[in-house]
Amino acid sequence: MSGRADRPAPRLALEGITKRFGGFTANDAVDLSVEEGSVHAILGENGAGKSTLMNIIYGLYQPDGGRIRVRGETVRINTPRQALALGIGMVHQHFKQVPTMTVTENVILGLPGARLDLAGHGARIRALAETLGFEIDPHEQLWHLPVGAQQRVEILKLLYREADLLIFDEPTSVLTPSEVGPFFELLRKLKQSGRTVVLITHKLDEVMGMADRVSVMRHGRKVADVETCETDQRALARLMVGRDIVVDISAGEGHVGETVLELRDLQVIGARGVTAVDGLSLAVRAGEIVGLAGVDGNGQRELAEAIAGLCPVRGGSIAIRGTSLDGVSPDRRRRRFRLGYVPEDRQRTGLDLDSSIAFNMALRSYRHPPFSRLGWMRFGAIAAHAERLARRYDVRMRSLSQRVRDLSGGNQQKIILAREIDADPDVLVVSQPTKGLDVGAIEFVQKTLLAARERGCAILYISTELEDLLQVADRVAVVFRGRIVGEMPRGAAQAERLGLMMAGHAGTVQGEAA
Amino acid sequence: MFDFVFDAAQFGEFLATGLRLSMPLIFAAMGGLLCERAGVFNIALEGQLLLGAFGAALGAHLTGMAGGGVAVALVFGAASGLGLALLGVTLRVNQIVVGIAVILFAIGFTSFMSRVAFEGGGNSLRLDGFRPIDIPILSDIPVIGPVLFAQDLLFYLMLAVVAAIQIVLFRTGLGLSIRAVGESPATADAAGVPVFTLRYGVIVAGSMIASLGGAYIVLSQVFLFSDNMSAGKGFIGLAAIVLGRWNPVLALLACLLFGLFDAFQLRLQFQSPDMPFQVFAALPYVISIMALVGLIGRAQPPAAVGRPYDREMR
Amino acid sequence: MRLVFLFKGVWAVLAALVVGAFLVVLAGADPLAAYGALFSGAFFDYYGLASTLVRMSPLLLAGLAVIVPLRAGLFNIGGEGQIYIGALAGTVAALYLPEALPAALRLPLIVLSGALGGALWALIPALLKAYRGINEIITSLLLSYVAIYLVGAVIHVWLMEPGAPYPYSREVPYDVLLPVFLPRTEAHAGILIALTCAVVLGIVLRRTTLGQSITVVGHNPAAASYAGINVKRLILTSFAIGGAMAGLAGTFEVIGLKYRLFDHFSPGYGLQGIIVAFLASLSPLLAIVAAFFLAGLQAGAGAMQRAVGVDTTMVEALQGLIVLFVAVGLAFRYRPGRTAGKPPAGAPAAAVPETAAKSAEG
Repeated sequence: MSGRADRPAPRLALEGITKRFGGFTANDAVDLSVEEGSVHAILGENGAGKSTLMNIIYGLYQPDGGRIRVRGETVRINTPRQALALGIGMVHQHFKQVPTMTVTENVILGLPGARLDLAGHGARIRALAETLGFEIDPHEQLWHLPVGAQQRVEILKLLYREADLLIFDEPTSVLTPSEVGPFFELLRKLKQSGRTVVLITHKLDEVMGMADRVSVMRHGRKVADVETCETDQRALARLMVGRDIVVDISAGEGHVGETVLELRDLQVIGARGVTAVDGLSLAVRAGEIVGLAGVDGNGQRELAEAIAGLCPVRGGSIAIRGTSLDGVSPDRRRRRFRLGYVPEDRQRTGLDLDSSIAFNMALRSYRHPPFSRLGWMRFGAIAAHAERLARRYDVRMRSLSQRVRDLSGGNQQKIILAREIDADPDVLVVSQPTKGLDVGAIEFVQKTLLAARERGCAILYISTELEDLLQVADRVAVVFRGRIVGEMPRGAAQAERLGLMMAGHAGTVQGEAA
Repeated sequence: MFDFVFDAAQFGEFLATGLRLSMPLIFAAMGGLLCERAGVFNIALEGQLLLGAFGAALGAHLTGMAGGGVAVALVFGAASGLGLALLGVTLRVNQIVVGIAVILFAIGFTSFMSRVAFEGGGNSLRLDGFRPIDIPILSDIPVIGPVLFAQDLLFYLMLAVVAAIQIVLFRTGLGLSIRAVGESPATADAAGVPVFTLRYGVIVAGSMIASLGGAYIVLSQVFLFSDNMSAGKGFIGLAAIVLGRWNPVLALLACLLFGLFDAFQLRLQFQSPDMPFQVFAALPYVISIMALVGLIGRAQPPAAVGRPYDREMR
Repeated sequence: MRLVFLFKGVWAVLAALVVGAFLVVLAGADPLAAYGALFSGAFFDYYGLASTLVRMSPLLLAGLAVIVPLRAGLFNIGGEGQIYIGALAGTVAALYLPEALPAALRLPLIVLSGALGGALWALIPALLKAYRGINEIITSLLLSYVAIYLVGAVIHVWLMEPGAPYPYSREVPYDVLLPVFLPRTEAHAGILIALTCAVVLGIVLRRTTLGQSITVVGHNPAAASYAGINVKRLILTSFAIGGAMAGLAGTFEVIGLKYRLFDHFSPGYGLQGIIVAFLASLSPLLAIVAAFFLAGLQAGAGAMQRAVGVDTTMVEALQGLIVLFVAVGLAFRYRPGRTAGKPPAGAPAAAVPETAAKSAEG
């Protein structure tokens, strides 16, 4: 459509792509043009429709309207197989890998060929990796590898199929800060070798550092197309959010009281029988938010579940106000010890998606008065309570009897926060509360937590999002392989040093063994 | 009680009986294993044994040949597989619900149809079944010879099926795709594996294999059809899959174990006329349950078993 | 539109009747005449209706035995075994409770021990599921065979009527037989107890904290433990309730209908309970309707055979078709504001809980 004759057709062009999920429009007449050999960023908040758009290009979703052109020719992409045949490959945010299979098996999966020549393929994969400047053991099982290496396997998988348009969905969100540099190095190599890269992200510095051109998305629409050399972070931020971002979260100093939650030498066994939490000690005082930073999978989930009583403790102790929680049921922890818990996976743990909003507001207390009496449910009391919370926490919904499944992520998180904080906890364990939320919702979560702190609640804030953590935490501790590897007060906390600690070293930088 | 072990002829006969009794279990287990490896929980095995048995009886009755029985059994097996796939894969109905529905349908359908198709009912049939084929020389080896090399066609077909599944699953690209679909259909899909086609193929193939188990009961063991003659064998087959940790050869061994145990309790029944026979007859079921209970370590099924795949599921 | 989907069971039945008509033709009879004989024999005849009610009692209770655990996401397909063990426990109580005790005391004790027997048998797969993660579908079904043989052996060794041609127990004392509420028929009080159980369970599931907890576990066990529910204990509870219902079914067959414990007395009520549960969309109240209808099919089968010569097993084929079409019907759900491509999410009354899929593990 950019009908200038001297210019070759773009590598990929979208025209008026629309995708609806039920009543919700995820993509609204999106146009996009990606030039051959460029790095093209798609910038937008969580929920802006970036991933949906990319899944359409990759043949995973079918659009309800619009056209896709590849090098000028209109194509239909019904399956990932067809996308790969057109040279389009995608690295998903959550890698599409079989953890129990080897690197080679993951790479060659789906390739034609009757016989399984693992040795031959393995050698070729190793050679391909070397041309990109890294080493990999093709016969290692995926789950043994660090996340950075798993990501490189995803890239190998695409290059092995000779894909030359590579889509990356939030590629740095799973990496440790020290893995980000080498990853961008790799992206530059891909570009130099003539490949086209589409980078989906919500991080402005990545756009400015890596991309030639950027398309900004907001609420399912594409709102801008700009050359990165002609813009700056501030302008992009305004385009992305639709207003100036004013970070008016004023954390300030709290009134720190005595120690409330104390973990001593805690050991917890996780999935696959590995020791997930390995001798972790930490104390949280009243009126204090302690941030626990760390790369995903370093024992955070098991730690949070152990405190909540959902995961058995192997060794060490958990105490609230000096009383050990050993053998105390989750229900008693909540009621007697006033322990609130916002779990990391709100859809799978924090909510019963198929029950109503009203019931979910009472999910952890319906078996007690006033929501039930002598085993009889009191739906009136549940509805009244939910009505009050929904108003106070501004939950957007059609009715209280609506299923939670149909709400947005932000509203789902509001229900959990409302429920946990309304119980007026002394201790609050919050896991990944901002994951997948947009700026407005994140701000709401942070402010709610600060308000709880003002009331004297001791808060353990577990997150992989360092920036969010630094906004509200009074102290930041870093967890690596189930232990605390460092701790610093907010004033002294620097993203860079924290990043090094998250990778497991308290100061010295070492190469990571793949 | 265990004297027969020291008598070559008696021991050989014991082994042969055990092997015969394990045959339906093996076919069921192989069919179910193939499906589960692709992430489909085929709980309908019990019904497919029954449909296979009825199909075999019908085919053999109409054509007068055992081969005709096998053919019709396979057709019934394939049809049940197509139904399972349509409901469980395309329409994404809960696979267990579908499986149970197929079992209940098979029970009702076969008991009625056997009365329509066979004058005097399935019990009055005297079908021409398979006869053992003696492999020269090998069948003369003492003890093992008659057990392994004087069996009928379905036995050799069973060996071929087990070997084929083992090789396809672990030595071919197709097998890699099947296993990946069972572990993570989204991964397989993103890598260009046609998840739906593959699951359809595997379910139909697995169901046909399971139906051979029913055909074996009719054409090699009893030469007639009776209501509900599968008698829980499909579920013992499911137990054997778990016990064999989703590996074809190990599952085969598990089935043999169950079969030998069945042969053993038959001997006990015969030797202890004073004891109520039910005490012994219940043993194969008890043993299957105990095998699951006593399983050392936790056997992990393919990660995606039982979950329908929906590409646009968010 | 909504109504169409609410009465999905009706569509399944109609579809099954249509396909069943072809089976009747295959058997060489006129479908209309066959169905006419079937339904008039079952529902429009005093004695036929009574015999429908008599069959409804075990079907309804066996249906409840499936419904309660399935609302918690667990498949109890071993109702048959629980029926047998319940009948055994009830019979032993009836035969061995000292006759010095008044019947008004012994009868409730017999009924309770029947329920207890079924519940204990159901607890075996539940314990294995809760504490060892063993698939309850496989174990509950295999345990049915064990139970049937066990009952046969016990009759043989202890309870056998001397000189009986095949294994059945001595007759239970007359004073503990369940009273008949329709004169000149076999319609016994057990039917009324079964109806009461269905209503009570309907209320329990909807209105009590136990019912809510069962629903939450059925939707999502992880969220249930987070909510403070002891999921393991709830698995045991739901199975025990289900087993107790099946146990009652067995006991009523003895003290309400046959007055003896017969070897192989149940014509597969346990498995037919699954059909009742599915047809009723897991609602205890709808289960009354479903059980009544299926019982009618079975009661009218004889009349159909006499009238048009189609074998009574035609009704079994019809039941199989019904359950198949119920499964087909699950694919078509009323989901306001959703496209067909969106993930199916089981509302408890409309479908099987999501966790049912997880039963496949282990």
